[in-house]
Amino acid sequence: MANKRKLPEINASQMADISFLLLIFWLCSTTMSTDQGLSRRLPPPLPPNMEKPDVEVNERNIFIVLINSQNQLLVQGELMDVRQLREEAKAFILNVENDIHKPELFEVTADVLDKNGNVERTLKTITTKNHVISLQNDRGTMYEKYIEVQNELVAAYNEVRDEYSRKEFGGLAFNELTQEQQEAVQTLFPQKISEAEPKNYGGKK
Amino acid sequence: MAQIRKGGKKEVPGVNTSSLPDIVFMLLFFFMATTTMKEVTYKVDVKVPEATELQKLEKKSLTRYIYVGTPMKEYQKMYGKESRVQLDDAFAEVDEIEMFIENERNAMKESDQGLLTVSIKADKETKMGIITDIKQALRRAQALKINYAATKRMSY
Repeated sequence: MANKRKLPEINASQMADISFLLLIFWLCSTTMSTDQGLSRRLPPPLPPNMEKPDVEVNERNIFIVLINSQNQLLVQGELMDVRQLREEAKAFILNVENDIHKPELFEVTADVLDKNGNVERTLKTITTKNHVISLQNDRGTMYEKYIEVQNELVAAYNEVRDEYSRKEFGGLAFNELTQEQQEAVQTLFPQKISEAEPKNYGGKK
Repeated sequence: MAQIRKGGKKEVPGVNTSSLPDIVFMLLFFFMATTTMKEVTYKVDVKVPEATELQKLEKKSLTRYIYVGTPMKEYQKMYGKESRVQLDDAFAEVDEIEMFIENERNAMKESDQGLLTVSIKADKETKMGIITDIKQALRRAQALKINYAATKRMSY
């Protein structure tokens, strides 16, 4: 009785098969990709019986970007490569030299609130608060080009915000700031990308 | 050190595979943790464009997808080669988007209804005409938060 009897080993060779099966099932039915993209906000719909509101915008305040059906870019009346667009848009948003062909400069302020909702700090800067970037495209424009242009415009804003926050918050990039600070910087430099009500230039749908 | 083989056959000992399941299970858990279930089976061919200023979609449960692209090969006989819209698992017309969003929104919790985000997963070769129509439909459906799905661009 004292001698140990050896327990028979459990045959685990099937285990590998089962787990391989599970693994392969998982590989087939799932995707690796995380969802990301360019977030935008659409304007609310116009009431059906209303005429388009005539918003008075001073001509120097509009930055017109047109994309035609050949995917060519016309920026402020000039043919342009998409890679120049970011710099051009930034120069327009900031208007550092107070150019009369670029939007008027205003002093704007924004409050940074702390956790309790009290004003912690007031940011003040001079920017072009009335500017509008108007983006128009044709029905024949390729989606890829449109996204590329949108991306450059968003990038221009992000760079402007980034540069400002590095200057004001001791070298911190915009996305390193706290929520409240980000909001304040956003109010100073709001994204103003307006997309025209669609028109059909090119005839064929 | 020469070894002298003797005539008697020696059996090769079997490779010990008892740790194989452990390894495979580890792989399995890795995949379970890092991947997500496919939302739908694609009926349209979608290669999303590239961009740099990407934002992650926060909550999957608040996101609805609209797929746009040319039908896959097996559907081209029936639906042609023009870009089409796919909602959930079926082809749809642009006019159906409004109803779709409406239904999806009603199925959500009331507190979440305002947070609905629509992600447009469109092929980069798509013409803007159809995208514009979709955007107009979304505006009419009051689904104003949208997201153009894109992948990270590494370089020009």
